[in-house]
Amino acid sequence: MLLSGSDMQAIWLTVKLASIVTVILLLVGTPIAWWLVRTGSWWKGPVGAVVALPLILPPSVLGFYMLLAMGPAGPLGHLARALGVVPLPFTFWGLVLASVFYSLPFMVQPLQNAFEAIGDRPLEVAATLGASPLDAFFSVVLPLARPGFLTAGIMTFAHTVGEFGVVLMIGGNLPGVTRVVSVQIYDHVEALEYGQAHRLAAVMLIFAFLVLLALHAWRPDAKKG
Amino acid sequence: MKHPRTLLFVCFMLLAVPAHAGKINVAAAADLKFAMEEIAAAFKSVNPGEVVDVIYGSSGKFQTQIRQGAPYDLYFSADIGFPRELAKQGFASSEVKPYALGRIVLWSASLDAAKMTMASLDDPKISRIAIANPKHAPYGKRAEEALRASGLWEKLEPKLVYGENIAHAAQFVQTGNAQLGIIALSLAVNPELAGRGGYWLIPDALHEPLEQGYIITKRAAGNPLAKRFADYMGSKPARAVMVKYGFVLPGENAGN
Repeated sequence: MLLSGSDMQAIWLTVKLASIVTVILLLVGTPIAWWLVRTGSWWKGPVGAVVALPLILPPSVLGFYMLLAMGPAGPLGHLARALGVVPLPFTFWGLVLASVFYSLPFMVQPLQNAFEAIGDRPLEVAATLGASPLDAFFSVVLPLARPGFLTAGIMTFAHTVGEFGVVLMIGGNLPGVTRVVSVQIYDHVEALEYGQAHRLAAVMLIFAFLVLLALHAWRPDAKKG
Repeated sequence: MKHPRTLLFVCFMLLAVPAHAGKINVAAAADLKFAMEEIAAAFKSVNPGEVVDVIYGSSGKFQTQIRQGAPYDLYFSADIGFPRELAKQGFASSEVKPYALGRIVLWSASLDAAKMTMASLDDPKISRIAIANPKHAPYGKRAEEALRASGLWEKLEPKLVYGENIAHAAQFVQTGNAQLGIIALSLAVNPELAGRGGYWLIPDALHEPLEQGYIITKRAAGNPLAKRFADYMGSKPARAVMVKYGFVLPGENAGN
């Protein structure tokens, strides 16, 4: 076996984290993206900017705020205690929460583009045929936006896999709980275990390449070119 | 470009380096964070115009970086083994010099750790204990040894969280995310941390000595400033700062 048990554990943990974050963001990001496209509200600009923040903010900023917010004196820490949830820092669900923030734009922005591309026309047609807005969303918008969902899902999953700084700052490096692949590679390098670092890094490299290849293949306009 | 001359001027300013001054980069273990800051400031006050940039991090990482050609002129490691290895491989231009012995303490921001002993760690109220990563951080290794020597390792391992280096572990405790930590005495005596609950010195019989050592790197072989800074570490004012931060100096007795 090329990869050690702890490497496999890190890979499995990373896949689990990225999958859960992708599912949560599909549920949370879709209504946000839809609202951003349809709304004429003054809030469109500020909300869009907040969603896009993680694109610009260094992970250290997000990690720093999350560490303080999740602590016993922070707002998320208070909330978690009031709800009787386990403490957030150094737990898997703390990582999930941080990753949801961190990967939000990678879900919302592709969806927003896909929804925008559909335009008003199909919705108007659906309305004249007697479909309720909700009905129209599920039977018209969702099928039309499928490529957008695919792109958004892949981007979110991949971006969560590629997370490092935030996890390092709030994770506590617990095997099987918060020690994801990127942190595991960092640990190997720190401990001068270059052989193990190489093998795991190669896995990541191949994964990243395949993701980009898949995105290219699935892009709706790829066939035209 | 609308203002080519302004641009040129800005570029020139960015390139400009004070011509008279020497410059050194010092890679220092995270436990030196507060002590080295004072020492570097004191050194600069008696050597005006010289530039001393200190970079703090984990000793293991610095060793890797120096081997890969990182521009560090001096390397202060929390574990003398790292610079020894570098010297053996020809990355040093000085001999490996021990500069201090480090100590570890129990420290908490919310509980009074001064009244604790190792046995107090086994408390259901303490759900998270922060230590530096024993895999590559010297202070983490010693923390693990102390826990093992106290017979607490197996029991407490599920409660441990690992900082990337000793300052990172202290930060977990400072923010309240871990109730307790095993950190460097040199960090615990800093006013910023000392103001937040006391510390308890872990007996040094419970772990291997934290022998710390430095080298001047090969890159700085011809740099007189690097040599002068190394000499300054052995001077009276520098030693006084080190003692203030709880380091035991070579050739001196431990305080307990």
